[in-house]
Amino acid sequence: MRTSAVKSLILPAKIENLHGCIDFVAACAAGQGFGKRRISEIRLALEEVLVNIINYAYSDRPETGDIEIACRQTGENALEIEIIDSGAPFDMLASKEPDTEAEIPDRQIGGLGIFFVKQIMNGIRYAREGGRNKLTLTAESAGQLSA
Amino acid sequence: MEINSEKIRNCVVVSVKGKIDAVTSPDFEKSLSELIGKGEKIIVMDLGSLEYISSAGLRSILATAKHLKPIDGKLLFAGLQGPVKDVFRISGFASIFQIFDSRDEALQQL
Repeated sequence: MRTSAVKSLILPAKIENLHGCIDFVAACAAGQGFGKRRISEIRLALEEVLVNIINYAYSDRPETGDIEIACRQTGENALEIEIIDSGAPFDMLASKEPDTEAEIPDRQIGGLGIFFVKQIMNGIRYAREGGRNKLTLTAESAGQLSA
Repeated sequence: MEINSEKIRNCVVVSVKGKIDAVTSPDFEKSLSELIGKGEKIIVMDLGSLEYISSAGLRSILATAKHLKPIDGKLLFAGLQGPVKDVFRISGFASIFQIFDSRDEALQQL
C-alpha cells in the first residue's frame, strides 16, 4: 500500500478553532480528489467529533488543552484522519445509539452527532494511549449518506 | 449564516442561508425564539439555500418544536437540498416533521 506524507495540525480545543480544524481536513480530502458531496459529509463528521472534544474533553480542567489532527492518504481512495486529545477518556464507539424514531416530545439530540460519524466514516478506531484519546477515522471517497 | 423572516398571512417564513453548525446554531435558535416571543405560532422554515446542518442545528430545531408544542404551534420545512436532506433523513427528522418541496407547497397546507 502506498502511503503519502502526513499532514498535521495542532490547535487549542476552542470553538473559534472549529472551522480551522474542519477546513484543514476538508483540504486534505480535496487534495486527494474527493468530491464536494463527500467532503461535506466528512465536514459533518469532523464537526461532531471536534465539538465533543471542545465541549467535554477538558471541561474538568481549569484550562483547555489541544486537539491534534493528522491526515494521511492510505491507498488510492482512502483518507485516514487521526484526532488526538489529552482530555477525559471518551470512546465514542461505546456510546448508545440514539432513537431516531421517537416523536418530538421524547426526542433527544444526545448521541445523534456520534451516530452521524458512524454513518459517514468507513472505519473508526479508538485507543486510549498515554493519557490521550486517539480516534482514527477512515474515509473512502464514495459518499455514504446520499439515498 | 443569514436568516430572513417574512410574514405571510398567519405565519412567518424563515429563510436560512449558509450553514447551521455549532458556531451559528445559538444565533439561529435565538432568532426563532424571538419570533415565538413576538407571538408567531406557525413557522415555515425555507431551507432551500441552506448548504449544511449538523446535530447542533437539529438540536435548535428540536428546541423550537418543543416550544411550539404547548402553544399549538406548527413548524414546517421546505426546500431541503443535498446534504441537509441527507441529515434530515438519517436523523429521522424527515419522519417527525412535515417537509415540503417548496415554500409555496408548505404555505398551501396552512
